[in-house]
Amino acid sequence: MAATLWIGTRKGAFTVRPDARRRSWKLSGPQFLGHIIHHIVQDPREPRVLMMAAKTGHLGPTVYRSSDRGRTWQEAGQPPAFRKAADGEPARAVQKVFWLTPGHASERGSWYAGSSPAGLFRSEDCGERWEPVAGFNDHPMRSKWVGFGTPDGELLHSVRIDSRDPKHLYLAISAGGVFESTDGGADWTPLNEGCAADFLPDPNAQFGHDPHCLAMHPRAPDRLYQQNHCGIYRLDRPARRWVRIGQAMPKNIGDVGFPIVLHPTDPDTAWVIPMDGQTVWPRTSIGGKPAVYRTNDGGRRWRRFDDGLPKSQAWLTVLRQAMCTDDRLPQLGLYFGTTGGEVWASVNSGEIWRCIARHLPEIYSVTHAI
Amino acid sequence: MSCTVHIPSPLRSYTAGALKVPADGTTLEEVLASLEGRFTGIRFRLVDEQSRIRPHIRFYVNAREAQELSAPVGTSDTVHVICALTGG
Repeated sequence: MAATLWIGTRKGAFTVRPDARRRSWKLSGPQFLGHIIHHIVQDPREPRVLMMAAKTGHLGPTVYRSSDRGRTWQEAGQPPAFRKAADGEPARAVQKVFWLTPGHASERGSWYAGSSPAGLFRSEDCGERWEPVAGFNDHPMRSKWVGFGTPDGELLHSVRIDSRDPKHLYLAISAGGVFESTDGGADWTPLNEGCAADFLPDPNAQFGHDPHCLAMHPRAPDRLYQQNHCGIYRLDRPARRWVRIGQAMPKNIGDVGFPIVLHPTDPDTAWVIPMDGQTVWPRTSIGGKPAVYRTNDGGRRWRRFDDGLPKSQAWLTVLRQAMCTDDRLPQLGLYFGTTGGEVWASVNSGEIWRCIARHLPEIYSVTHAI
Repeated sequence: MSCTVHIPSPLRSYTAGALKVPADGTTLEEVLASLEGRFTGIRFRLVDEQSRIRPHIRFYVNAREAQELSAPVGTSDTVHVICALTGG
């Protein structure tokens, strides 16, 4: 089965498919033209299954499921929604489903969804019915954890599941921080020690941080990486203190960005796309010169790759879900999409890049499916 | 007896393209429940989990805007669902 890139955009879903050598690429779509598509994710346990987080400008949010690799889609019978508020409680309503994560390999049909406002939801029937995860959504500390938000509202994302234990979960909230559960989501604790939060009055705050993207290595689940609003970090559990590996980035580049993606087999290899986080946070390529940075030693050193990318006057923004790898070793594929509607690909671990699609709507997510 | 609900284009994927459909009920809430019974999922696109009409949705019963789901709907009334487009 040929690989497929699924592109979620502000105006619909698209696919880009390569030939066998990944030399030419064919853009198809749109599907759901006009819908706001935040995330499209394949189920690794059941590769025919895809899940899509969608809404439109005026209608409420929902989730669509496909069981035929995206040829046809069915809407969830019960989309993610908060429980009915009791008298005197804040009456929360899901504004958008922002993130989708397939459940543990041992729990077929299970999925997690993250929303804005920050909420965690779980489906046990392959996305037909979604239930709120009360352990997080009703946690007595929730209102304090998520009190900061972003200009786009609170965002719950990066739900990660320990491949050794379905009850060991991580999630991230912008802004709020990284949180861990060891009991299947019944209780959660902040996991932000060592992370900077220079926008908070307390430099040692336990929560309130802004993790832009949290990644867990699939084969080494004790190895976590984080691209944060305030730097790039690594954490090797059971330690609880994040190490700012972004300090090794060139000083004139810094270590701010949205996505961080990991090599599928090597826990020491990761890629980031630095962006401008100075002054009013333009969030664009630094100096108008896009580049991807790669570490092969867990963040001790970083190397710049910009071959094939524009050399000047290219003010790209790459959002947190808009970068991914495939696992076609040794010629690993790496892909990212921009808010300007371009999709860029590298078939040699990020060393040389080419644009494989352009003129798309604002890209929110780029994911790889087989 | 039933009222008639005019379906805007963003919701016609639920009604197999129908521009207007009959629905039962004496209140807007009951009319939406009637629609949900036939077109699963349509209510949640219009009304959130706290039973609030979504910000860019408006309901009119005949020529009157219905701002609450308890608004009465009479036999042979016409209910318009308006999607207020915003943004680019």
